[in-house]
Amino acid sequence: MTAITLHRRQVLEHAFAERGDALCVSGLGSTTWDLASLGDRPENFYLWGAMGNATMIGLGLALAQPKRRVVVVTGDGEMLMGLTSFTTIGARRPSNLAVCVIDNETYTETGRQLTATGRGTDLAAVAAACGFPRTAMVRTEAEAADLGQLLFHEPGPVAAVVKVVDEDLPMAVPPRDGAHLKTRFRIGLLGEDAATQP
Amino acid sequence: MSEHWSVASHQHLKAAGVRQIGYVPDAGLRLLIERCRDDNTLETVMCATEEEAVGLSAGAWLGGQKAALLMQSSGVGNTINAIASLIASARFPLFAIVTMRGEWGEGNPWQVPMGQAVEPTLEAVGVRTYRATDEQDVAPMVEAGLRMAFSSDQAVAILVDQRVIGSKIWTAGKAVNG
Repeated sequence: MTAITLHRRQVLEHAFAERGDALCVSGLGSTTWDLASLGDRPENFYLWGAMGNATMIGLGLALAQPKRRVVVVTGDGEMLMGLTSFTTIGARRPSNLAVCVIDNETYTETGRQLTATGRGTDLAAVAAACGFPRTAMVRTEAEAADLGQLLFHEPGPVAAVVKVVDEDLPMAVPPRDGAHLKTRFRIGLLGEDAATQP
Repeated sequence: MSEHWSVASHQHLKAAGVRQIGYVPDAGLRLLIERCRDDNTLETVMCATEEEAVGLSAGAWLGGQKAALLMQSSGVGNTINAIASLIASARFPLFAIVTMRGEWGEGNPWQVPMGQAVEPTLEAVGVRTYRATDEQDVAPMVEAGLRMAFSSDQAVAILVDQRVIGSKIWTAGKAVNG
């Protein structure tokens, strides 16, 4: 096994140059800080809780907006808690959905306890076994160079797992009022009238 | 013989503009699920666990669509953190139809504790529950519940009582709906 050398924010910043008008959902904790660090915008729905549910929020959104790309960025611990969603997404296979797991092999927010991904669970292989047509395990700079293409352009559902070093990073704190984030997202996507007079 | 409650309930879901159905199969929901699956204006998503359907519903709402959840009472236990953490925190609307087990005439003791816990746990996380004990009450409750959920931004669950569903009778090695 090669050593882990990739840095999460650098990899994401490079990949997100391809974002365009994609809609994004982030899993609670580190990946919410990561997404906010790339710049706050209405098309970001940040989770501050609901652990294990990021990918299913992405699925509901992708089915509602089939012409828009939907990218879920979450951590290995969050993904392990919502692992059954891989079977549900693999069965439905929405082509506009991509899941990016930033995998540092720890539950970072709770004190860096090791997760199962450092002890044998390969989340990309799980996604492939559940029927995702396109999966990737990203470990090298060369593989990371293609991440933007994979997340934002290739037919999905895509699952890309990025092995990253476990490091202390500054928290980029987005708004935390869930109702505000929800309504802001809907107004940005649907327009004021449709979002507030459903 | 009167029309099964699933017929009018399906019509109410459509009339309210529901476009996605997240569900986990249940015998008591079989006819409604089949009706929804056969309707190509509805996107039906079979979930591995009921918690997934809560996320699906929130995602649909973010994308401008309404969703409904269909589940058995045991599945309510799987939804509680997602409802509290996501639906209540961000004030998402939520609409669920829950077919009850573990109460009237239940023959399986393992169903009873969660069945009894459905109302207190849902209420504890902010879901308004309405119980239909008679078949003819189900569809009007579905219609009213949909309006509360999506016009008033509430979390609403319609509980379909075991007196409507029928309780399973366990005979030597075989369960039948009685």
